[in-house]
Amino acid sequence: MARRSSSEAIGWLLFSAGGMVSALLVPVLLLLFGVVFPLGLLAPPEHAHLSAVLRHPFIRIALFVLCMLSLLHWAHRFRYTLHDGLQLKQLNKLINLLCYGGVVAGSSWAAFVLFG
Amino acid sequence: MSELARESSMQRPHEAPTQRAVPAQVRPYRPRVSRFWWLRRRSYLLFVLRELSSVFVAWFVVYLLLLVDAVYQGPDPYRRFLEWSGRPWVLVLNMVALAFVLLHAITWFNLAPKAMVLRMQGRRVPARLVAAAHFAAWGVASGVVAWIVLGGL
Repeated sequence: MARRSSSEAIGWLLFSAGGMVSALLVPVLLLLFGVVFPLGLLAPPEHAHLSAVLRHPFIRIALFVLCMLSLLHWAHRFRYTLHDGLQLKQLNKLINLLCYGGVVAGSSWAAFVLFG
Repeated sequence: MSELARESSMQRPHEAPTQRAVPAQVRPYRPRVSRFWWLRRRSYLLFVLRELSSVFVAWFVVYLLLLVDAVYQGPDPYRRFLEWSGRPWVLVLNMVALAFVLLHAITWFNLAPKAMVLRMQGRRVPARLVAAAHFAAWGVASGVVAWIVLGGL
């Protein structure tokens, strides 16, 4: 029992960490790159500048952590939404596989893009 | 009704008497919940919308990685990404995603004082102060990110 509760605690910790970093950083990034630049409200950054920023080791690590924790946050919430929201309790194993498989796949893709 | 019918059909006559002698079947009580219980009240709906915001957080990760990949590949792929991000369906999707991500951020920071109880000199820090500190941190983080993206660094 002790093992189960500690793994649940780690799950909650990762969910909370993901919720926190995504709440702090995602709105401004999505506002800029998803709405403000495409609408032409502000000129998008020059390639040279953005490329220099994204090649900085600190930024690479920060973005990787943001991607991984955000995906973990998604997996945890989405799992319970399907489980409780849509009452899909009998599909529990499949849902877990899809959600946490998505985290592994997404994090691997992030590592490949950022460090590959 | 169907539950009752199934119940009685399970007690078949050829079953061993010892099994039939067990008075009440020990089965956990499971109340039936409609698949659409969350449409019944506004607060339920808001709860489900908040949970669904996580889907748009995941979409953001995909969008961010497409952007980063395009920037690493060079000026032309970056320009193509910018053109693609201006397509109506991408723009609409990102506007909807922004609304959901804002819902996530606001509900998250409002809940923060319930999740963390801070004590200072033996007294509990008021919930409003904890929430306000989170909103302030959100403002600072957003400012720093915008400053870096728009050419400050």
